Amino acid sequence: MKKIFALPIFLGELSLGVLKSTGQWGVFSLSALANAVYLRTLWQKILYNIYFIGFKSLNIIVLVAFFTGMVLGLQGHYTLIKFSAEGMLGVAVALSLVRELGPVLTAIMLIGRAGSSISAEIGIMRISEQIDALETMNINPIRYLVTPKVIAGFICFPLLTAIFDCVGILGGYFASTLLSSRSGIFFSKVQSSLMVEDVTGGFIKSFVFAFIVMTISCYCGYYTHQNRDSAGAQGVSNSTTSAVVQSCVYVLIADYIITSFLM
Amino acid sequence: MHEPLIQIQNLTKAFGDRVILDQASLDIHRHKITAIIGKSGVGKSVLVKHIIGLIQPDSGDIIFDGKAYSQITAREFSAIKDRCSYMFQHNALFDSLTVFENIALPLREKYRLPKKEIIGRVQTRIEQLELDEVAHLYPKNISGGMQKRVALARALITNPEIIFFDEPTTGLDPIRKKTVFSMIHRYHEKFNFTAVIITHDIPDIFYIAHTVNIIDHGKIIFSGSPVALDQSDNPELFVYTHGHEMLVDDLTKLLNRIALRQKITTWSTEKSTPMHMVSVEMKGLRKLVDFKGHLLGHVFIKNFAKFLQDKLSADVCAGLFSQEVLVLVARNQDKEWITTTQEQLTDFFTTPGIQQFCQANHLCVQIRGLVGSANTDPLLALKQRLTSRQCV
Repeated sequence: MKKIFALPIFLGELSLGVLKSTGQWGVFSLSALANAVYLRTLWQKILYNIYFIGFKSLNIIVLVAFFTGMVLGLQGHYTLIKFSAEGMLGVAVALSLVRELGPVLTAIMLIGRAGSSISAEIGIMRISEQIDALETMNINPIRYLVTPKVIAGFICFPLLTAIFDCVGILGGYFASTLLSSRSGIFFSKVQSSLMVEDVTGGFIKSFVFAFIVMTISCYCGYYTHQNRDSAGAQGVSNSTTSAVVQSCVYVLIADYIITSFLM
Repeated sequence: MHEPLIQIQNLTKAFGDRVILDQASLDIHRHKITAIIGKSGVGKSVLVKHIIGLIQPDSGDIIFDGKAYSQITAREFSAIKDRCSYMFQHNALFDSLTVFENIALPLREKYRLPKKEIIGRVQTRIEQLELDEVAHLYPKNISGGMQKRVALARALITNPEIIFFDEPTTGLDPIRKKTVFSMIHRYHEKFNFTAVIITHDIPDIFYIAHTVNIIDHGKIIFSGSPVALDQSDNPELFVYTHGHEMLVDDLTKLLNRIALRQKITTWSTEKSTPMHMVSVEMKGLRKLVDFKGHLLGHVFIKNFAKFLQDKLSADVCAGLFSQEVLVLVARNQDKEWITTTQEQLTDFFTTPGIQQFCQANHLCVQIRGLVGSANTDPLLALKQRLTSRQCV
């Protein structure tokens, strides 16, 4: 008899768990955003987080963007040459980067570099009672730890996306100069085909991704102690993994939804 | 006594199926040091974390300065938290901040004081707690004792009205433990705050606490002054008051004071079998302990207990009635038992080595026999018989 109900019970518990954590994440995220009204007192922490999330990620973003642009250039050239349309390479590279790859790859790089470390940092603070200590001092832990990171994310993600786009286009151009003597046409086509809406769409995505990545990374660390399967260092490890996986998944889901609205 | 500052009323908390607090009630008085003691994992920290709002109870209430937690607003609770400070068992120092920054954190984040004033106040605490040399270091680079002092400095920096100390001496050596307790006592006298100390350090805590609360099985089983606790004959409390003596009892296999008295009382009520007692009063043993050390006294008792091991059985037991009196109790029909035992004990104390030891240390041994009677209190009779003088 127990076996008959095992599956419905499992599905029920799973659904309740998902609903509970989604609600908790919603409240957590809203609380983080609501605390942004204390911007005046948080600016030092925001600056530090801009340095940590933004500036320290700059080199890896530039590197990845350049090679992504080059690969796009190579693949684009290979495809377009079949239709004798290699002159359109600039358009293909620029639109791919600005509308899609720029925001998504920037978000994924930042998940790996900043999101994981934010989750681990907050998780360790949770298990070593540092967050409890903040509460006993009557210091709002979300305001102290999460809000500056979310605001810094809102600033860094679009900026890094813009840098990714520019460097990626340069990478595409570099690839095109290696492959074709008609590389001069590359930038003229980029300029003529790239619309403001394309850039705006990319920035909208980067804002949404910033919110998703920062809140999920902070949330996973903040509630490390609620991990049922693990505790202590292993709990932090699981939270970090969970933060990276969930952020990636939700970024890609959000990317599809936003793209479908912007099309 | 004035109305308590904090009243914990019938607090119940369970984690899953495990009930940690079961209708626990406790009063914390203003400007007093309240100690909460108990075995590991009985819920001492859980109890205190309810007061500061880190844990929410399943049922019950806390009344803080006349205001019930169940009826106050978030703003009022925030005001209560501003009056409190909490020193964590494992310090909970911010590992990415230096010692100075850790101590300054509550001032920087809560009060927004001018930088100069923050530096001045932190510097004062650093000097008071002798942390000058480590102020620029990170917590991981300083010793456990210093980390405790940093945590104490952070707890004191806002001049709180109430400080909760969660096992402040855990992991410290005996010398540092005493230093921490004397530090709490000194600062309590100086700042007159209300202190709640969770600790395992018995009997050290009895010297500084005004009230001691013992928690066991989720309930407060004792609440009163350290003197009342020390004088209590409740066997459940003996482990807390004389826990340090239990190792000695285990080593000598002798019954402790409470257990011996209980045994005498129990056997005396069983009228079917008569009870006999032989007391061995070792006058001068206390002085021996005082002047020549606790260990020498222990060695003497241990050797005596070793000699007694052959005589003990299910119907014969022995234990320390007081610091200088050992009593052998038998429950049998053997009318000669007292005489035989007295002779055996006399033989033991007249062996050359023991006699020499007793003479050298001015020990005077009296051996007395007593037959238990159903009409008299055996403990009272024993006390009366111990007054006469007769040395072997």
